[in-house]
Amino acid sequence: MPYKFEELSAQDYDQKVQKIKPRPRVIKNAIWAFVVGGLFSALGQIIFFGYVGLGLTERDAVAATAATLIFLGALLTGLGLYDKIGKHAGAGSIIPITGFANAIVAPAMEYKREGYIFGVGAKMFSIAGPVLAYGITVSVLIGLVYYLFL
Amino acid sequence: MKKEDKPPLSSGGTYKKRGKQTLSFTTTPYIASSYTVVGSKENEGPLQGSFHHVLQDNIWGESSWEKTEAKMMAFAVEEAIKLASWSQVEVDFFLAGDLLNQNITADYTARKVGIPFFGLFGACSTMAEGLILASILIDGAFAHRVVAAASSHHETAERQFRFPTELGVQRPMSAQWTVTGAGAVALASPEGICNQETHSDSSRQVRITHATIGKVIDLGVRDAADMGSAMAPAVTHTILRHLQDLNRRAEDYDLIVSGDLGLVGHKMSQQLLREEGVDLGPKYSDCGIMIFDPKKQDTHAGGSGCGCSATVVLGPLLKMMKEGLYDRILFVGSGALFSPTSFQQGESIPGIGHAVVLEA
Repeated sequence: MPYKFEELSAQDYDQKVQKIKPRPRVIKNAIWAFVVGGLFSALGQIIFFGYVGLGLTERDAVAATAATLIFLGALLTGLGLYDKIGKHAGAGSIIPITGFANAIVAPAMEYKREGYIFGVGAKMFSIAGPVLAYGITVSVLIGLVYYLFL
Repeated sequence: MKKEDKPPLSSGGTYKKRGKQTLSFTTTPYIASSYTVVGSKENEGPLQGSFHHVLQDNIWGESSWEKTEAKMMAFAVEEAIKLASWSQVEVDFFLAGDLLNQNITADYTARKVGIPFFGLFGACSTMAEGLILASILIDGAFAHRVVAAASSHHETAERQFRFPTELGVQRPMSAQWTVTGAGAVALASPEGICNQETHSDSSRQVRITHATIGKVIDLGVRDAADMGSAMAPAVTHTILRHLQDLNRRAEDYDLIVSGDLGLVGHKMSQQLLREEGVDLGPKYSDCGIMIFDPKKQDTHAGGSGCGCSATVVLGPLLKMMKEGLYDRILFVGSGALFSPTSFQQGESIPGIGHAVVLEA
């Protein structure tokens, strides 16, 4: 004779699991994400003002700020710090452009041992790939809408 | 003739299967020696100081994590053979497995030690599977000396199953931490062990008396960050089956320890057992819970990986048995038979649990 739990449906078992599973610490996580995400953004703003102060046009300063933040994200990843920030900050350090840098540098570092072609080259975009694929697709679609209708 | 009318297969005499899934060994294999290697984090938990060798750093002078893991397993195997006062050529078979694709840790260890080899895959239940198959070989008089081993490494598992280590992601609270560890055990028939003077010392001998082979059970869990819940039904099933097959009760054991259900899976297993009218109480523990301190070590639901139960059972638990703290332990190795490929294709995570009775 089967035991009672063997005849549970996936749904019924999932209900049991949900009751036991620890809840994510939503409030704590949200505060961390807000603070860290805010700090990255504030830092970006400071860098931006710095470039404008150095005489760059606003348009060039935006591009230079993005490049600088990407460099910082990559540097912090290389120093082994970004994953520690991310552990607490969650989306607060994934969403900013530094997180995008982390998503490319982390696999590049991880797969270096499989060589520069099939390791670094092929797997560098294993996390950021979907963001690029769909990000570029959507930007083309929006561009088309803009070109045709506006 | 209807199916039910078939005469029952013989169950008396030399037949060693009991009930539906349990084996009863007659030439009970002895544990001649065991050896465990763990990372530094594993030795900073509650079981500090009870492992045989602790790594200073997780790469151990190698050029890749995979090479480190193979070095760990090979080291554990060689040291276990030394502790048993055997030489490698005296070992009849080597049974081993790990979590990596194509069992590479076990394969490269087997290449190094040169003992006739069976590669095993049972995810985190591999150590239990190895103990059972080694016992069958010995009790079946196919071998006098068998070495079984299992390992996992936090970094090799992360990159194969999850994300690159430097990626800044948050782990859910139900997720477990893959243990960096390797355990090897040398099992022997009475003849295989007793020609050694080293084993006439005062410490107690531990034998393997029974084993219950688990069924794969899958209640549809689709959360890769909650393997405990995926494994809990299989482990629970094996425990219930074991007690029923041998007509035993929880009282017959000093400790019942699951492999690595972790905090969530272990709680679930306790609940499922209670619903079947079995309350194991504080006697029921879990290697994944024992190895880490979740508050201090940030390991969330506990340890996991083949190396978790392998090092906890072959290190601290065996030591406690030899010191007389426990006489009879039921070890239920638990495995989440998880593959990133099938998971991404929408499959749920099947679980398994194999039980072994250790008696001092």
